[in-house]
Amino acid sequence: MRRLWRNKIAVAGLMILLVMVASATLAPAILPYNPNTADFDNVLHPPTLAHLFGTDQLGRDLLTRVVYGGRISLLIGVVAVALAAAVGVPLGLMSGYYGGILDLVIQRVMDVMLAFPGFLLALTLIALLGVGLTNVILSVGISSVPVYVRLIRGVTLSTRELTYVESARSIGLRDWRIMLRHVLPNTAAPIIVQSSLQIGLAILTAAGLGFLGLGVRPPTPEWGTMLGEAVNYLLSSWFIALFPGLAIFLAIMAFNLLGDGLRDAFDPRMKVL
Amino acid sequence: MTGGFVGFAIRRLLAAIPTVFGVTLIVFFMVRMLPGDPARLLAGLLATQDEVDRIRVQLGLTKPVPVQYALFIGGLLRGDLGKSTVTQAPVTYEIGVRLPATALLAATATILSVLFGVASGLIASTRQYTSTDYFVTVLALAGISIPVFWLGLMLMVVFAVGLHLLPAGGDTSPLALILPSIALAAFSLAIIERQTRSSMLETLRQDYVRTARAKGLAEGRVVYRHALRNSLIPVVTIVGLQFATLLGGAILTERTFSWPGVGTLLVNSIEARDYPIIQGVVLLFALTFLVINLVVDILYGYIDPRIKYS
Repeated sequence: MRRLWRNKIAVAGLMILLVMVASATLAPAILPYNPNTADFDNVLHPPTLAHLFGTDQLGRDLLTRVVYGGRISLLIGVVAVALAAAVGVPLGLMSGYYGGILDLVIQRVMDVMLAFPGFLLALTLIALLGVGLTNVILSVGISSVPVYVRLIRGVTLSTRELTYVESARSIGLRDWRIMLRHVLPNTAAPIIVQSSLQIGLAILTAAGLGFLGLGVRPPTPEWGTMLGEAVNYLLSSWFIALFPGLAIFLAIMAFNLLGDGLRDAFDPRMKVL
Repeated sequence: MTGGFVGFAIRRLLAAIPTVFGVTLIVFFMVRMLPGDPARLLAGLLATQDEVDRIRVQLGLTKPVPVQYALFIGGLLRGDLGKSTVTQAPVTYEIGVRLPATALLAATATILSVLFGVASGLIASTRQYTSTDYFVTVLALAGISIPVFWLGLMLMVVFAVGLHLLPAGGDTSPLALILPSIALAAFSLAIIERQTRSSMLETLRQDYVRTARAKGLAEGRVVYRHALRNSLIPVVTIVGLQFATLLGGAILTERTFSWPGVGTLLVNSIEARDYPIIQGVVLLFALTFLVINLVVDILYGYIDPRIKYS
């Protein structure tokens, strides 16, 4: 933990995140506007003192919508990644620990999922499930599962051969107990590092879906959805595209910085995907 | 040596078969997992009952699922992916007319990201801890964090709307290609830069590089002839992996710049629930990615003498 604090990069990322979480949480207390209240006398107004980020096509305060948008994006990122880890970590543990047919089957399934490159998997899932907040979380979560399976399988494969795991096996401990008590702790550091990077990626994917009009439905203030709507007003009002995108950019950068910093603090040679 | 390599290539090819099988299974089951009548989904919401019945017979939807799958694969092999429910044109036609635009965009972005990624990584690594190095490192951090669609919009605001220097997209002329390919290249460029830099720094510390320096070779010769070539081996893998991100990013970039490619077609088809097209594009992207990965894998075995063909 002390090594993390000495790492300026990680601290910078953590600070950005803290500010985002705090403002998203305290939004109603610190902002005078409601994110969904339209004001047709004040449509697409450039930034002023009253509206620091300007107003959107319905006269809603952009700063308010960007701050409230943080709630949605952070929620999607954290829940989707938690979901991916909850499914991917046990699969990776079993795949690496047991090997054989089980490993083969799990790995072939992961190969197929990974054959749908990056964003396409989430997009395909959305095409099947339909739009909306829950389905965005599900799509992004499912499409992040293979990363965890691969990561945990790798760590498990190298841990399985260590002497203390062998001795645990030789005194007759059950497999699930060895996996939980002796193998899983070794995967903690890579999981934490990967998850930080993965939350950033999840926020990006969800914003991409929103941008295409296939994510969280308007009027919910979601950064990607806001950008998608901004496209139509780009000629006259650059600011409504600037700020939601800047928020996505900062959030992803913060998670990338934190992830890089955490990795350096744990073990600079750690392999993440 | 050559025989070993050909054998290695063939084994790689065979190993990809289960994945291709899995991909076709997923695309096949896509419309069958959805609630409702698959014949109705594949015929479109506006189709008459006759048309729906015709599709049902054509796809054998009353027959057992394995037979349906065989029919699906048979159609696939003959290049028959069904008809768009919106335009009634064959799926292969709809994809075919848009494929060149997407290929042009993806190829330009790949070339940009490899050229500038390797060059900037090389510059940063040979000037470690200088302001140039920090500048490139910060830019790369921005590159991996910036959403491709937002970068696209901002480039558009500055260069098309503000300065009127470049078109904001809509066609595939050489000038209109500039902004989309820069936006699409940015992420991969940054990843390639990071990999080249760290790989070069590691190679420059190797004994044989010190030997090359010790025997009095010019620094340029040491860097280019001795270090760079070995450092590029992991970069090749990254370039292959980046292609996945690039294909996904192309969907978003095309939408941003109204680029008339396959990505735009996919997004429009999802909105219109044009399932035959969705199936076709998803299949095309997955298979393209598999082929690229296979080529990179085989190339990797070819350029790295340390890889054993077994």
